[in-house]
Amino acid sequence: MGVDVQDDIAVGQRLGGSGLPPVTKDTRLPNVALSERPERSETGVWIGIFAIVMTFAALTSAMIVREGVALDWQRFQLPKILYLDTLILFFSSWTFETALAKMKEGENHFSESMAWLCITLALGGSFVIGQGIAWRVLAGQGLFLATNPSSSFFYVFTAAHALHLVGGILGLGYLIYKLKRTGSAARTTGIRATSLYWHFMDGLWFYLFVILLVRM
Amino acid sequence: MHEVSTHPVAHQHTAPTGFIRKYVFSLDHKVIGKQYYGLALVSVFIGMVLSWLLRIHLAYPDYHIPFLSKLSASGAPGGVMTPEYYLSLLTMHGTLMVFFVLTNAPFAAFGNYFLPIQIGAEDMAFPRFNMMSFWTTFAAFVVMMASFFVADGPPISGWTAYAPLSAVGGDAGPGLALGQDLWAISIAIFCIASLLGALNFIATTLDLRARGMSLMRMPYSTWAWFVTSVIALLAFAVLLPACVLLILDRVAGTSFFIPAGLVLSDKLQPHSGGSPLLWQHLFWFFGHPEVYIAILPSIGIIATILPVFTRRPLLGPKALIGSMVAIGFLSYMVWGHHMFVSGMNPFSANIFSIPTLIITIPATIMTLLLTASLYGAKMRFDTPALFCLGFISVFISGGISGFYLAQPSLDTYLHATYFVVAHFHFVMAVASLFGVFAGTYFWFPKMFGRMMSESLGKWHFWLTFLGVYCVFMPMHYLGLVGNVRRYSAFVDDYLAPLIPVHRFITIAALLTGAAQLIFLWNLIWSRFRGPVAPENPWEATSLEWSTTSPPPFDNFGGKHPVVYHGPNEFGVDGPDGSDFLMQTAAPKNS
Amino acid sequence: MGKVFAVLVTLITLVSIAFFVLHTWWLPPNISTTGKAVDHQLEETLIGTGVLFLAGQLMLGCFAWMASDKSKDAQARRFPGGATSIVVTAILVVGIEIFTLTFVGSKAWGAIYLTPAEPGALRIDVQAEQFAFYFRYPGPDGQFGGTHPEKIDDGSGNYFGLDPANDVAARDDIVAGSLVVPVNRPIALTLHSKDVGHSFYVRELRMQVDFVPGLDIPLHFTATQVGKYEIVCTQLCGLGHYNMKAYLEVLSEPDYEQWLKTQAGQ
Repeated sequence: MGVDVQDDIAVGQRLGGSGLPPVTKDTRLPNVALSERPERSETGVWIGIFAIVMTFAALTSAMIVREGVALDWQRFQLPKILYLDTLILFFSSWTFETALAKMKEGENHFSESMAWLCITLALGGSFVIGQGIAWRVLAGQGLFLATNPSSSFFYVFTAAHALHLVGGILGLGYLIYKLKRTGSAARTTGIRATSLYWHFMDGLWFYLFVILLVRM
Repeated sequence: MHEVSTHPVAHQHTAPTGFIRKYVFSLDHKVIGKQYYGLALVSVFIGMVLSWLLRIHLAYPDYHIPFLSKLSASGAPGGVMTPEYYLSLLTMHGTLMVFFVLTNAPFAAFGNYFLPIQIGAEDMAFPRFNMMSFWTTFAAFVVMMASFFVADGPPISGWTAYAPLSAVGGDAGPGLALGQDLWAISIAIFCIASLLGALNFIATTLDLRARGMSLMRMPYSTWAWFVTSVIALLAFAVLLPACVLLILDRVAGTSFFIPAGLVLSDKLQPHSGGSPLLWQHLFWFFGHPEVYIAILPSIGIIATILPVFTRRPLLGPKALIGSMVAIGFLSYMVWGHHMFVSGMNPFSANIFSIPTLIITIPATIMTLLLTASLYGAKMRFDTPALFCLGFISVFISGGISGFYLAQPSLDTYLHATYFVVAHFHFVMAVASLFGVFAGTYFWFPKMFGRMMSESLGKWHFWLTFLGVYCVFMPMHYLGLVGNVRRYSAFVDDYLAPLIPVHRFITIAALLTGAAQLIFLWNLIWSRFRGPVAPENPWEATSLEWSTTSPPPFDNFGGKHPVVYHGPNEFGVDGPDGSDFLMQTAAPKNS
Repeated sequence: MGKVFAVLVTLITLVSIAFFVLHTWWLPPNISTTGKAVDHQLEETLIGTGVLFLAGQLMLGCFAWMASDKSKDAQARRFPGGATSIVVTAILVVGIEIFTLTFVGSKAWGAIYLTPAEPGALRIDVQAEQFAFYFRYPGPDGQFGGTHPEKIDDGSGNYFGLDPANDVAARDDIVAGSLVVPVNRPIALTLHSKDVGHSFYVRELRMQVDFVPGLDIPLHFTATQVGKYEIVCTQLCGLGHYNMKAYLEVLSEPDYEQWLKTQAGQ
């Protein structure tokens, strides 16, 4: 180590200045092509996904703790409409992808892809309505938010997911509006970000559906 | 700077002209940064006045404060506060300071203003989110303040809001009905605001760096804000659902945190099977990382400022950044050390103790790197430099007591005593605020185009530095005697003899607080009367000093900076006989 | 300026340490069999961290003093060994400290909280409520009566919600406002709360454990000194938190038997 110090001083004196050699050895600039940078909104969605995953992880661990801590956990039958809802949401991911594929095929398929996007939007809306029906079914059986810890967690999970999905629906609606205004997929930003978020909502629902099936 | 940057244009909006768009609902990160700073400043002065009231009550229980009875006739009849009002003010002191000061000032305020400039961006990645983030924080502040004006006043459950005290409602005591509702709602709103802010910081750092600004060329403050925003993203994402569950327990009759068979106010509570420890786990899973949300930005600010005044490169930049990342990572494995005596499985105390102690290693490395960077320097002792030195000292003092509390066997004696109060005030509050002070004296010229008064600044430093030691060092001794915290009066036999120590602390706290008025006056005076600041008054290297003071709306006046060096080029052979290289200085051989 | 800082930081450090060394404010004497290990652990930590504290602050003061010395020529002095030596030193010194403390400390902790109470220990049921502690002894039958939260009635003194009418075991339970224990006998407490979180803190026992609503938390100790000690609540429990206390009375064996008789007679 002592040698290093001597070297530093020697270099400094050679430079004839106040002493030390520059710390940054490499002053080159990286060659980054603009096209390689991810779209900003896509980065944003990825970061948002991390936060949402954390939130649902916290709720999941809360559920496991709460179920284990007392003997009052009562299982109940999930409303059948949830199976249909799951299919609807899966299908909406597929229609979204179809819309994107049509966009890639060229500008002359633009109106077709817009139609697929509108279908996706409608499917998303029907999923939320389906969740509402599921709540009504449970309420009809006398299972409310505070009835039992299991029903509490059911409502919390589904409501939290629905709230996030409504955000996705609003985002998709805004995207459709933007596409309509510009009339071109190439001149519209946020397409990939919206689809990413949409698929994530789909995946998140699948995860929730599985743990609800196991725990309720 | 011959090359034309291919940097994507961040500003999709142009400079607004109307007052509302320019100063209120502004999308400009610099205005938003100042708004955060202003909000933190208001909060810190409210919090400080609250601490004065608390200290006066502890040392002189019969002392009349007429204005208190005006604030709350029932809480302080005749100007002497009741035990419950003491706890209300205590809760508000903690909440305001932790959330609205220590999270907002070093992270949100300075981060918003300087992160984009330091990486050469024109604005944040999502300016609209940024504006929403501030105004959501402001809404949280308004809701929190509203609890002063509802019946029974603010909640009495402390800033940690332990369930079931915080969950069962008005039967548990005053302030726990509407006051606690407002608290929980305010914190939930605050979580949303912080999540939006953190998302913005991360996206900005990842996507909007100027050409040549590799990660390792980012200033330490930018690194700290970046790491902090990752911590904040994950921490607030846990506190948010926890608050929602708490609100549901309070208003919807669920039983997440309230067990069966509780009898309060002679009433059997209609709940079953909830777990109070669940709240503690969720809260501290957020709460411990929150400590690093408060302190890491200040460490980054100090590490950025110190070399400017030692005129030497900071020692071991990679070790420093590595330590920050390590702390961020470890901060998620240690929350259980707040719960050693909480009745959780005592075996897990041993498990949580180890990462807690290990976290002192990166902290020690950072402290030593900062200290050793002074070695052989010819230092310029301007006010920011003094606060850097002060920071190192208080950070050592606060860190040392962590060794005690990290050990379950000692925590079982010291937990919930003034030893803990001394520890977190030193390491989290005072250290973090010293970073904010250093940052303010350092960046004020850039933010407002005027220098702050040096002589006032130095008075402020010496009084504050001595003052905080007089306030918080004796609290260690109180803790050793076993003086319990959160007591509104000392009626126990063994506590009565300690009241003289409390009097000393109270007087020191009043004087130290008064010294902050010098700072406030300096801010106001310098804003209008300070000497006009040049572009780079401190001869610093990072990008914010390569633009005008204050910077134009798009930060660099239409130019796109290109970065060739790290921020650490001090004591080198600079242009025109100077001893530093700006990050944008083109290398000689090109 | 650097010199002023150096002097000030040295003064602060020395004064701070002086009060620790002089024991001006100190822990009360330990009265439990397990407390000795805690005191020992505290001493080790005090010495270890005292050295680190002194070294850290003095180094800071020293370098600040040196940095204010403008008389010397411009020199490119670097910290000996550079950043590597710092990282290595920090890892070694702090690492050894951590290793020792954990090794010794986990034993002190384990002796209190990870070993079960001795089988013959005297069992006492402790209930905390806003803002008092109550202690229940099983009585001659050695059995605790069951508790029923709906029967709790502080007005008639049924703090625990006992049901002596239907529950034979509950009839001879003794309820007291002080924790009275015989000296040198193992005591096994069960802590539970009636309403919110509280804590059981006796400085002389070197013990602090929370009452968590919904949980029964075990705690055991053996007191070695006859005397009267304060039990205080350390978990924020509401407006009367500061005033929530009881006494631990450690009696000689005959005195304890006498006390028990008086209580049972009431």
